[in-house]
Amino acid sequence: MSEAIADTGAEAPLKKTPLHELHVELGAKMVPFAGYDMPVQYKDGVLNEHLHTRQAAGLFDVSHMGQAFLTGPDHETVSRAIEKLVPGDVLELDPGATRYTLLLNAKGGIRDDLMITRMEGAENDGKLFLVVNAACKDADFAHIAANMPAGVTLSVLADRALIALQGPKAAEAFATIAPETATQSFMTVRETNVDGAACLVSRSGYTGEDGFEISVPADRAEALTRKLLSDERVKPIGLGARDSLRLEAGLCLYGHDLDEETTPIEGALTWTISRRRRAEDEFPGADVVLGQIANGVARKRVGILPEGKAPAREGTDITDADGNKIGVITSGGYGPSVGGPIAMGYVETAFAKDGTPLQLVVRGKARPARVTKMPFVEKRFYRG
Amino acid sequence: MSDIRFTDQHEWVRVDDDVATIGISDYAQEQLGDVVFVELPETGKTLSAGDEAAVVESVKAASEVYAPVSGEVVEVNGALEDEPAGVNEDAMGNGWFVKLKLSDASELDKLMDEAAYKEFCDGLD
Repeated sequence: MSEAIADTGAEAPLKKTPLHELHVELGAKMVPFAGYDMPVQYKDGVLNEHLHTRQAAGLFDVSHMGQAFLTGPDHETVSRAIEKLVPGDVLELDPGATRYTLLLNAKGGIRDDLMITRMEGAENDGKLFLVVNAACKDADFAHIAANMPAGVTLSVLADRALIALQGPKAAEAFATIAPETATQSFMTVRETNVDGAACLVSRSGYTGEDGFEISVPADRAEALTRKLLSDERVKPIGLGARDSLRLEAGLCLYGHDLDEETTPIEGALTWTISRRRRAEDEFPGADVVLGQIANGVARKRVGILPEGKAPAREGTDITDADGNKIGVITSGGYGPSVGGPIAMGYVETAFAKDGTPLQLVVRGKARPARVTKMPFVEKRFYRG
Repeated sequence: MSDIRFTDQHEWVRVDDDVATIGISDYAQEQLGDVVFVELPETGKTLSAGDEAAVVESVKAASEVYAPVSGEVVEVNGALEDEPAGVNEDAMGNGWFVKLKLSDASELDKLMDEAAYKEFCDGLD
């Protein structure tokens, strides 16, 4: 037999996160991912890790992601500067609030997706916290730094780990160490002292569950992780389950579901562009993107539910009932909580409506499927 | 007593008279992780050694199971279609995939015996 899918390529020596030794000690299977040697699964395996996260709490090392501060003289200056590169509304963020947005190219294509937070506190006026994808971080940071006006500075936070704690028991478990996080609202970041470490605690995640992403100084990361894992509700979760969890939640994986050739409108991310940003017309590719909002798009990202049991993986052709190709799967696999195959992909707009029958060509055989609303599982965020 | 042979792609084949039962090794099921889907061939199909005989999928990836020897498919393990986890539970026994009517028994001589396969796997870790 042969394994058909390999993980993202390794070239130079792989980088290690501050938790690398702990992963090995915990029996993780390590694989190359975005230039890092990362845990794809631990001893329990992808299926059990996925289900544990939905039932209790999972801990993920996402330290490979890029973290940075963007700092300027005041909030208006720094947010106007970054808004030149993204279509999201940064200016109107409340102090402490986080927004999901996109770095766009001149054609309106997506260079990366990212989280931007307006730091709270008078001493942090003019300070944004950015979290970007691992595979894009060097390019993203170079692009941002090169496009900032005088007085606005990007500082990459290379000496911090990022730990995600996700699941219905995540808040309970975290509150035993950091009680003040219990009532923190979804999509906010707070500077929080966690077990003596100065952390940035975000209530957000990539699983569809309640939870946190904790930015912690690298030299405190292992101690904090060990403390979190000493709680019986919390288990370590690898990248394998991270991928199946985010797919069930209907969340995009950059480089697969989104790329430089895809606009936010095609990617079904129109909701990330506020009324003010549309009216101002001042972000890269605004002519293309606003034209698509007005006139529609030729293809669109949708959720797809295969009707049989066979998973349809990335790259699977989508056809209409007559066998004409109308799209392609960009993420697909088995959803452990759904108990069957799930997918997302791009289809011609005429086929994008909920319930539309499609066929998926898996190993040369057309198999029935239909367009479905996402997420595939109910989201359970903490709204406070 | 039936003789068991292995391929370097981690399939096993056990021959009783002229019928070869084919599965994946315990090492393979462990590497794959939880099996969530199995696709089996139609009975009556003729396979040459090295042809794709079945597909086995974990949460993460799809893998092909190749026929270690040539022959006609005389039986498939339909129970795996409803309970794919059977591959993990008993890869070397009840988790078998297909039975072939052997067309060339001499092909077995090219495969590893149990001791050689064990040595082969030890070399992979």
